[in-house]
Amino acid sequence: MFGSYTFDWTPVWNAAPELLYGAYVSLQIAVLTFLLGSAIAFFLALAKNSGRAILSVPANAWIEVSRNTPCLFQIYMLYFGLGAIAPSLDSYSSVFLAITFNNAGYMAEIIRGGLKAIPPTQTRAARGLGLTAPRAYLFVIVPQLIPVIYFPSVNQFIWSLLNTSLGMIVGLNELTGVTYSLQSITFRTFEFFIVTAALYYVMVKIVTALGAWGSRVLLPNATKGERR
Amino acid sequence: MSPYFVELGPQSLWYLLEGAGRTLWLGIWAIALGTILGILLGCIRTYSRVGAILLAPLIDITRSVPLIIQIVLINSALGISGFFWGPFVVGVLVLGVYTASYTSEVVRSGLQAVPDVTKRAGRALGLTGLQNFVFIIAPIAGRIAFPGWINVVLGSLKDTSLVAVIGYVELLRASQIVITQTQEALIVLAVAGGIYFVMCFAISAVAKRVETMQR
Repeated sequence: MFGSYTFDWTPVWNAAPELLYGAYVSLQIAVLTFLLGSAIAFFLALAKNSGRAILSVPANAWIEVSRNTPCLFQIYMLYFGLGAIAPSLDSYSSVFLAITFNNAGYMAEIIRGGLKAIPPTQTRAARGLGLTAPRAYLFVIVPQLIPVIYFPSVNQFIWSLLNTSLGMIVGLNELTGVTYSLQSITFRTFEFFIVTAALYYVMVKIVTALGAWGSRVLLPNATKGERR
Repeated sequence: MSPYFVELGPQSLWYLLEGAGRTLWLGIWAIALGTILGILLGCIRTYSRVGAILLAPLIDITRSVPLIIQIVLINSALGISGFFWGPFVVGVLVLGVYTASYTSEVVRSGLQAVPDVTKRAGRALGLTGLQNFVFIIAPIAGRIAFPGWINVVLGSLKDTSLVAVIGYVELLRASQIVITQTQEALIVLAVAGGIYFVMCFAISAVAKRVETMQR
């Protein structure tokens, strides 16, 4: 298949520390943007469901824009676009904020789907028992929400990790960005990118395995509950 | 009025629209390839255990490696094998296989959602296996799979923006070029974002109408 091409893996092997550091940066961005995005998403979902235009219109705009435009566009908007009206952001901040924005929009729809699965009588019963609205959410709604949104959230986290690869285009040194700059020095594009592909694959597999393990630890009664 | 404002004229908008046209053109070909291949792969994965095992790594890898890496990797693999097909063909190929991988998943869950009694009822009425598939199973599975497929289509249309990395000038790359010329990043990107939004929104609106018509 590859004809007369001779593979040279030495530059890749020598660059192992840089690649692993890049993988660490990717994971760091993925985890932090996912946590921050999910927290925002919870309020976006509540705002969209609130029925008050002053809350639901901006929440809806956030959700629709984040889901109907490419994530790369959202990064461009922060990296190139925002500079016109505000001090421009560096590549780390713009990738970080764009993926947070993206995660928040997608997670908001996952949370809204989960909220639909919880009967409204649950809220009313909790309020009727004298819990304040925040307490009713925290102690009654959220515990029922988590089993419903758990697996879609794991999926969204994987998306968050894969989306960090877009950092390469604005020159961020996450895993893909590091790979890109290394291959442009050594001209070993194929060797570098196949190793990076394998690194992403392993990371996604680890996340999937942790997700399955977490579901057994965190939600031991989830499947039993559904059967009842 | 800023002096830059003069440079941002109708020709910039036209350039963006051309980019949008190329986004659609690439998207249509990739989605067409992905859908046909995806239906095929989905059927194989549902009905053939050996096929499912053989296809598992392809599905697994296309879904676990960032698309941008797949594009660069396949482009360089084709390059060192002596195939220089240009960014459009490579883009259609990689994005098409990526779309097929997700479509096959949607098709498979659609086929699995058809109740066994329905399949057996079809056979009991004297339909052959093939007739049963074409007239009973496929229409039901198609309706179940349709919303999921629309999600895949929207995803693939947005992912055309990544083919820019191997040199295809689609909407987002075109807007970056216009920004370099005019220094009007915010306006240009707002227009580009608006075009993406309209394209995706139009597809979802048509899909919703088709869904209600099916009921």
